Amino acid sequence: MELRSNEPTGPIDKRWSNHKEAGKLVAPANRRKHSVIVVGSGLAGGAASASLGEMGYNVKCFCYQDSPRRAHSIAAQGGINAAKNYQNDGDSVYRLFYDTVKGGDFRSRESNVYRLAELSVEIIDQAVSQGVPFAREYGGLLANRSFGGAQVSRTFYARGQTGQQLLLGAYQALSRQIEAGTVEMFPRTEMLDLIVHDRRARGIVTRDLTTGEVSTHIADMVVLCTGGYSNVFYLSTNAKGCNATAVWRAHRRGAAFANPCYTQIHPTCIPQAGPYQSKLTLMSESLRNDGRVWVPRNKEDVTKPPEAIPEADRFYYLEERYPAFGNLVPRDVASRNALYVTNDGLGVGPEVDGERRGVYLDFKDAIERLGEQTSRERYGNLFEMFQRITGDNPYETPMRIYPATHYTMGGLWVDYNLQTTIPGLFAGGEANFSDHGANRLGASALMQGLADGYFVLPFTVGNYLGDVRNLPPLADDHPDVQAAVSAVEARIDKLMNAPYPKHPPEHYHRKLGRIIWTKCGMSRSKEGLEEALREIPELRDEFWREVKVTGSGAELNQTLERAGRVADFFELGELMCIDALDRKESCGGHFREEYQENGEALRDDENYSYVAAWDWTGNASEPQLHKEPLTFEYVKPTKRSYK
Amino acid sequence: MSDRLINLTLHVWRQTGPDEPGRFETYQAKDITTHMSFLEMLDVVNEGLIERGETPIVFDYDCREGICGSCGIVVNGEAHGPQRRTSTCQVHMRQFQDGDELWLEPWRASGFPIVKDLMVDRSAFDRIMQAGGYVSIRTGSAPEANELPVAKELADKAMDAAACIGCGACVAACPNASASLFTAAKVAHLSLLPQGQPERADRVRKMVAQMDAEGFGGCTNHGECEAACPKGISLDWIARMNRELVRAMVKSEKPVQARDR
Repeated sequence: MELRSNEPTGPIDKRWSNHKEAGKLVAPANRRKHSVIVVGSGLAGGAASASLGEMGYNVKCFCYQDSPRRAHSIAAQGGINAAKNYQNDGDSVYRLFYDTVKGGDFRSRESNVYRLAELSVEIIDQAVSQGVPFAREYGGLLANRSFGGAQVSRTFYARGQTGQQLLLGAYQALSRQIEAGTVEMFPRTEMLDLIVHDRRARGIVTRDLTTGEVSTHIADMVVLCTGGYSNVFYLSTNAKGCNATAVWRAHRRGAAFANPCYTQIHPTCIPQAGPYQSKLTLMSESLRNDGRVWVPRNKEDVTKPPEAIPEADRFYYLEERYPAFGNLVPRDVASRNALYVTNDGLGVGPEVDGERRGVYLDFKDAIERLGEQTSRERYGNLFEMFQRITGDNPYETPMRIYPATHYTMGGLWVDYNLQTTIPGLFAGGEANFSDHGANRLGASALMQGLADGYFVLPFTVGNYLGDVRNLPPLADDHPDVQAAVSAVEARIDKLMNAPYPKHPPEHYHRKLGRIIWTKCGMSRSKEGLEEALREIPELRDEFWREVKVTGSGAELNQTLERAGRVADFFELGELMCIDALDRKESCGGHFREEYQENGEALRDDENYSYVAAWDWTGNASEPQLHKEPLTFEYVKPTKRSYK
Repeated sequence: MSDRLINLTLHVWRQTGPDEPGRFETYQAKDITTHMSFLEMLDVVNEGLIERGETPIVFDYDCREGICGSCGIVVNGEAHGPQRRTSTCQVHMRQFQDGDELWLEPWRASGFPIVKDLMVDRSAFDRIMQAGGYVSIRTGSAPEANELPVAKELADKAMDAAACIGCGACVAACPNASASLFTAAKVAHLSLLPQGQPERADRVRKMVAQMDAEGFGGCTNHGECEAACPKGISLDWIARMNRELVRAMVKSEKPVQARDR
């Protein structure tokens, strides 16, 4: 297989417009003759469905939630970047492009990133017109803040609910199209397989989560906007239902999976309190602006109340190790250092599985300096959230934080058109790998989801349909369709009837998450990854032998839904470890212990400046690697240093 | 960090389908640590049921951080349980005492048919939104964002209304099972902003007509909705919606048609 990125050439600032001018179009009167399936209704899927419906295509949109308004984009707190330069602080499309390529640690495609930066400004216009209530200044114009260490203020926000408001904007646009009849919405419906016919993606097999009914949906093309795979770790900041089944089923049908080992760990989450914990909650990174991170210097102090530990016995490890950046070091550095101090036995908080995985984030000095009133204004809602979850009052005692998986940069490999290696199968938003390289900058996820949904896919979908014109009809009883249905039914049957049913799917998912978290999480080594690659297939066999699902497949069955998702996480988790083992360098969210220099990640541009795109071979343990070389014409790779 | 272990008796509404009769079943939740969230407590109960070969309790959940609006259980008669301004997923077990008896029910409203156990069908909310809860703006046709200044005060008020998560607790808490708070919040959000002006009159008439067609009751100012709302959406928006509706009806006599359920 040859990976063709289909990037336009020429000056980078003209590439997207030249590409559009050279592309194919579908005339307005012909659009209703074309049908498009969109799976997922978050920022990318919701925006794409609404925009394609508006253009006149026949759209079917699917989501597993009971309403498209509940997709997990809704939980994004911080904001959305756009190169508007409203603050006159020297921002530009080029600077956002530059920051994003650098932030991705030189593992993304320049053309894609430039387009993302270019489209960022239109997203804000679009959202404001929809009535998204962004924060404003007293003069009535839009407010901005600096986010995630950026040197300019380019982040737009709606209190701490930016994702919610942008998603509701897309949902409202989608609602309008549902009313207009251009989009047919299928909530509580899960995609369980992709239908490939004549080498093209032509439809999906779904299960109605309310009735258990398995159905087929045929169309001219399929777009997957199904989010990321953080839940492979079991505990993550993702919603409980977030899963990788759609992308993994597509992968098994021939779509290459790119850079699975690039996952982002967010440093400021509320630590796990017990083995029953179902998810982790993120708290805004802004907390690190004023909070001081520390652990006890001595192991014997870890069980003492923090107030009882004198100043001299507190180890402010970020301030000591990184005097220039202190508590504001980048996400991966902050996360990794929390891992190191807890590995040294200095972690605090409750003991889970024999370990204390938490560090203090202390606001005592900040409250003294700023006063309680100002602290309350800045952090009151976060303090309240922390107290609601942990029962501790951050005004009186330090908060406890620990890193958690938050975002996955890897995903389905796509070309410049967001088309996967299966013609007619496209992927947008977090589900694809394209724009963030090895690490994602803060406030860029919302930007990418909406850029793909509102602006990229509406053009590239038309370009594809304009090219293929009239695809022959595909009947429901065609062998290719029936084979996919049979595969889905057989799999449901297998999950329902394990030979020695013992435990619910969570039991195995927790164990898998534990392996991936410790061996393919913040810090990875050859030894650990090889161990994981021995353990995962064993655990997977155990799962298929022993998973216990009660009830039947022909009814609403939440245990069955989870079992199917866990089964796919097993295969994806294994691929993450294989990819991490292959990448003998440290870059972005991927840190290999063997490749560092004075504790800093050591990239190897000579040998690893490529996108790793993995092909399914029929055996989860033996995927085939294809490399898309990356070239940097504009932003020359440099080394990061935060000392 | 006061960690307690408590035992609870749960009386849970079990119903296999929308047209089947339902009943309370009793379960023991044993050794529940008070750091658990309410839904984690139910996860533990469910895992026990599966281990014993029984059918687990069905309930909606997703983000588990109080923003997606998926979850919602009536606990001892209170929508979302005992904690103010907190959705079920964010209620933690330290709210309860050892030996407590809890009665768990689904949202009860004719506009929200029961799907199974504690899960209800809230698609009526989506249809109210589809009737007019948007600004008709074509992708790509938006003017420059700062061309139209919006007074900070208005933007902040619009944001207050827009914070609704669409969970339906307002309906569940209302003695009339009215969807007025939900509908009013969206009407207010969009009617406050200049972007929402062109369709202002049509929007409120269509949304209210759809709300009525879905079988929700009328508002008689009990205020239970505001008290149950996890986001603190104000009852004042309902008064505003009523004013908007009168204003719209004065302006136009064209009838609006609600969609069939």
